[in-house]
Amino acid sequence: MENPKILSLNALSKRFGSVVANDAVSLDLHRGEVLALLGENGAGKTTLMNMLFGHYLPDSGSVEVLQDGVMTPLQLGHPQAALAAGIGMVHQHFTLALNLTTFDNVVLGSEPLFSWRRNRAAARAKLLAIMEQSGLVAPLDTPVGQLSVGERQRVEILKALYRDARILVLDEPTAVLTPQEADTLFENVATMTQNGLAVIFISHKLREVLAFSNRIAVLRHGQKVGEIATKDADERVIARMMVGADTPVTARETMSPGTPMLTLKDVSVQGQSKRDSLSRASFSVHSHEILGIAGVSGNGQSALAGLVSGLMRPDRGTVSVGGTEISRPNPLTMITAGVGRIPEDRHHDGIVGAMTVAENMVIERLNDADIQTRGLLNRDAIQANADRLTKDYDVRGPGSDAAARLLSGGNIQKLILARVFDQTPRLILANQPTRGLDMGAAAEVGRRLLEARKRGAGVLLISEDLDEILGLADRIMVIHDGQLSELTTRDREEIGLSMAGEHA
Amino acid sequence: MDILQILLTDSFWAASLRIATPLIFGVLGALICEKSGVLNLGIEGIFAAGAMAGWMAVWLGAGLWGGLLAAALVGAFFGLIHAILTVPLGLSQHVSGLGVTLFATSVSYFIYRTALPNVTSPPRIESFQALDIAGLSDLPFIGPVLFQQTAMTWLALLMVVLVWYVLERTALGVAIKAVGDNPDSVDAQGLSVYSLRIGAVMAGSALMALGGAFLTMSAFDAFFFGMVNGRGWVCIALVIFASWRPGKALLGALLFGAFDAFQVRLQTEVGALVPGQVFLMAPYILSILALVIAARGADYPRALLTPWFKGQR
Amino acid sequence: MIRIEARNAPPRALTLGVPILSALVALALASIPLAFAGADISTAYAEMAKGVFGSKFAFSEMLTRATPLIFTGLAAALAFRAKLWNIGAEGQLYLGAMAAVAIGSGAVDAPAFVLVPLIVVFGAAAGAAGMAVPTVLKTRFGADEVVTTLLLNFVILIFVQMMLEGALKDPMSLGWPQSSPILDQGMLPQLMDRMRIHSGLIMALVAAGIAQFMLARSVWGFRLRAVGENAAAARHAGIRVNRSLMSVAIVSGGLAGLAGVSEVAGLKGYLTADLSPGFGYTGIVVAMLAGLSPVGVVISALFIASVFVGADSMSRAMGVSSYLADLVVSMSLLCVLIGGFFARFRIVRSKVGVA
Repeated sequence: MENPKILSLNALSKRFGSVVANDAVSLDLHRGEVLALLGENGAGKTTLMNMLFGHYLPDSGSVEVLQDGVMTPLQLGHPQAALAAGIGMVHQHFTLALNLTTFDNVVLGSEPLFSWRRNRAAARAKLLAIMEQSGLVAPLDTPVGQLSVGERQRVEILKALYRDARILVLDEPTAVLTPQEADTLFENVATMTQNGLAVIFISHKLREVLAFSNRIAVLRHGQKVGEIATKDADERVIARMMVGADTPVTARETMSPGTPMLTLKDVSVQGQSKRDSLSRASFSVHSHEILGIAGVSGNGQSALAGLVSGLMRPDRGTVSVGGTEISRPNPLTMITAGVGRIPEDRHHDGIVGAMTVAENMVIERLNDADIQTRGLLNRDAIQANADRLTKDYDVRGPGSDAAARLLSGGNIQKLILARVFDQTPRLILANQPTRGLDMGAAAEVGRRLLEARKRGAGVLLISEDLDEILGLADRIMVIHDGQLSELTTRDREEIGLSMAGEHA
Repeated sequence: MDILQILLTDSFWAASLRIATPLIFGVLGALICEKSGVLNLGIEGIFAAGAMAGWMAVWLGAGLWGGLLAAALVGAFFGLIHAILTVPLGLSQHVSGLGVTLFATSVSYFIYRTALPNVTSPPRIESFQALDIAGLSDLPFIGPVLFQQTAMTWLALLMVVLVWYVLERTALGVAIKAVGDNPDSVDAQGLSVYSLRIGAVMAGSALMALGGAFLTMSAFDAFFFGMVNGRGWVCIALVIFASWRPGKALLGALLFGAFDAFQVRLQTEVGALVPGQVFLMAPYILSILALVIAARGADYPRALLTPWFKGQR
Repeated sequence: MIRIEARNAPPRALTLGVPILSALVALALASIPLAFAGADISTAYAEMAKGVFGSKFAFSEMLTRATPLIFTGLAAALAFRAKLWNIGAEGQLYLGAMAAVAIGSGAVDAPAFVLVPLIVVFGAAAGAAGMAVPTVLKTRFGADEVVTTLLLNFVILIFVQMMLEGALKDPMSLGWPQSSPILDQGMLPQLMDRMRIHSGLIMALVAAGIAQFMLARSVWGFRLRAVGENAAAARHAGIRVNRSLMSVAIVSGGLAGLAGVSEVAGLKGYLTADLSPGFGYTGIVVAMLAGLSPVGVVISALFIASVFVGADSMSRAMGVSSYLADLVVSMSLLCVLIGGFFARFRIVRSKVGVA
């Protein structure tokens, strides 16, 4: 690398309770370079960057940044210090105030707070110049709440550039973008690095890492397990580094679909916003079949999931489960009709964290005769149920009488799987079922879904992870802007185009 | 005199503005707190504390403006208690606010009772008098309505402009609105979520206390137990009605004041037919109705009631 | 740098110790206002203790004072468990009292075994209706129940005054705004001779026991807890959140109504507009101090009642304002909030700087 070193992380370590999030991780970054930080969910990538940016204080280790030609130690634990040293971070969850305009979001914090006047003209000129130079364009005077996801991300990057960032950290920047939007992003990144910006780009997607970085560093279980120049890497090499073994391939037997388990006829849902609306959807999920719904988040998935979980009512059209029309869908009628639901946000919708694991395991069937007698809970039956499910589904944690929030993400998902699969549902709605899980836990979810399919259930799998859909689904539909369309192809490129709304 | 005639008298409009004055302070105070993401149910007690503190300062010999300063400082102090409990400690804003209301009220009553153990009729102070602006006060209609109010009414109107200006035209206002929408946005830009919220709650509480001080230093000239009488809660309802805008807050307070002034006058007209309590109830019922109507479409600050902890995202 | 870290599971000793410690700290803090008032502090505390434990009568007075607080404390505790912010117990108490007087002062002439249950049922129903209204406004229109219940307290109190000058007015009261007295056979039985303590206390204790049992062991309690802890997950799991909220609103309002019944039909015999010195608001403190546990409510109501009765008698003996009691009560709420924070979180101090 010819370019000078601009940043070095020296043996950073961080523990959360008993979990070691980062164990003596060291990294170097050079001017004009794109360094990809690769690793599974929970490998410690985001923690590392949060330490760099001052959100977390490391337990040990140091950071040095090039300032005035010398490597200078950075004061840790202070976002202000990181900002002043020219480090900018674009978080996976955007840190934007939706009620403010692009302009206000960008200049927030860079003006003196206690002044009667703002020098808006100067700030505007600087911002326009940055937009010009980087190619990142967003409407300046529109509230950010009205912008698209891609535009919001640009505002985030502009925020960093406005603060004269020389080092830009992008945390999973493509998670919310269509493949095409992602390409635009990387073109912008390329322009910016030519102007001398150094970029650290966090991802778990092998493909984009290989395509857009100069160097790849791989984290596993909080340790740096390898570093390689991108030109010397290929998918197999880095995948093995990431998981420590070759990627397990889920075995899928071929099966012929049976009777329809879920049928939507001409269904429209008018949600609060365009993001959760669905228009004129018609399809069926059959027994022995997994139907995968691919799409970039915010294109109507939540309306579809809300409909099938019973949380939303259709404005037109009919929904049938197992051939019977559900006239007034609500969560209870859906559960009774034999629909098992795995919610997208398991902490928010899946469990009542303050209640026990055992209670969460029966929460969907409080009316069952074995759970209650004349309004009183059968505590022995609830305990027996918990003992059985914890064993069968290998739910690990501090015990079935502990609060459910104490379980790890993977075990919370196992709790939900246990609750759902134990009722042998006819139809399973799995909404982003592996999001945030490590590979082992994700493989377990896949195995359970295939098992249910074998048993004769129909599965509606909604996922942003195209690999997951390609690996599990028998049929694929793409959702874009509330519209569903069936695909005949399993070609990534073409699926990507459909996800972006460009029907091939 | 019929209803239309009531609406045409200058005394009716003057009374409306007078009744609205403490509410203007209160609604603005609550608005600033909520814009930063903190619901301040301490308002009812802070009103009482401001009323007591302002009155007592003047009674002890401070000037009227010194009394207002004392009230504002006492309000900021109780605001600080609420802010510490709800911002860095992240405790329930509902319960903490009610706790501050109980605490501020009982502290005020205790101090008043201890300072004046055996008085039958409450001592009076020389309160704010109606301004007499040469030329203007004698104008027909406008004169009595606008130019025969006390300085505190003018201070309240000035505060509307000031709060609007700070929120809409200064960097501080941008930061306060941001922290009430998404604290992470402020934190990521290197500003302190805690300082902004604590500051906003203290400033808002100081305004609430001025609303209380109006009661003892302008509307009346003495302190009574129970004199706040739900005005604080009315302000909380009016903030929602005003959808967190200073201008609409003024409008809401004026509408409320006009209604209250109207019912008093109507009462003297038809008092024989309807029990007086019906009229006394009406303002509270009106507040509830305003809340019910405004609630569905209300554009709550997104981070309202949600605590934020540093380093947890 | 100081950071806040959640404890995984608060130690049992802390969950029990915090309220006790908070109560004691608040009591100790009372020495500041006492000093301000120029009273001798140790004498003042001694007088307070004497006011509660000094005689059988003093102790029975404390129990009498605790009775409505147990009811309003339970009303707040159950509602808050479901995150339904019922701040309207004060108003619901008056509704209950009004219903009791309306039924019991001669409108229905029946023997005690009919009249007493009738009064109790109607009183509870009136309180329940008082909470049902703001709950409907919440679930149907999204109107914040904190504000509506608070404002309704004022509406109801004015309504009581109106009734006391109108329909419920005692013609024999010589213009004094008070209601006709409840018939003798409508009064709740007294518990001891020459003491004011009445069987409302037994009702309150039974109510606390039932509430404790239902919360832990019934499907109703399960649903209530789920709705309170995570309404979104409860709804997703097929629990009808609004229905659950309405049921707890009715129970909560009913309990507050019983506080009013027990005060008029157990103690006063007739209704005046100053029946309650803020029992409804104090019930919130009782509930918080109890950690929202029904059995805990009984204990914390006894504590708060002791503070009131003790401070009253100290006040009479030493001339210190009896608002001291309200001060101690409000401080114990703030203390238990802060204490609860330290039970759930710990503060971690870590060094800042360049390693």
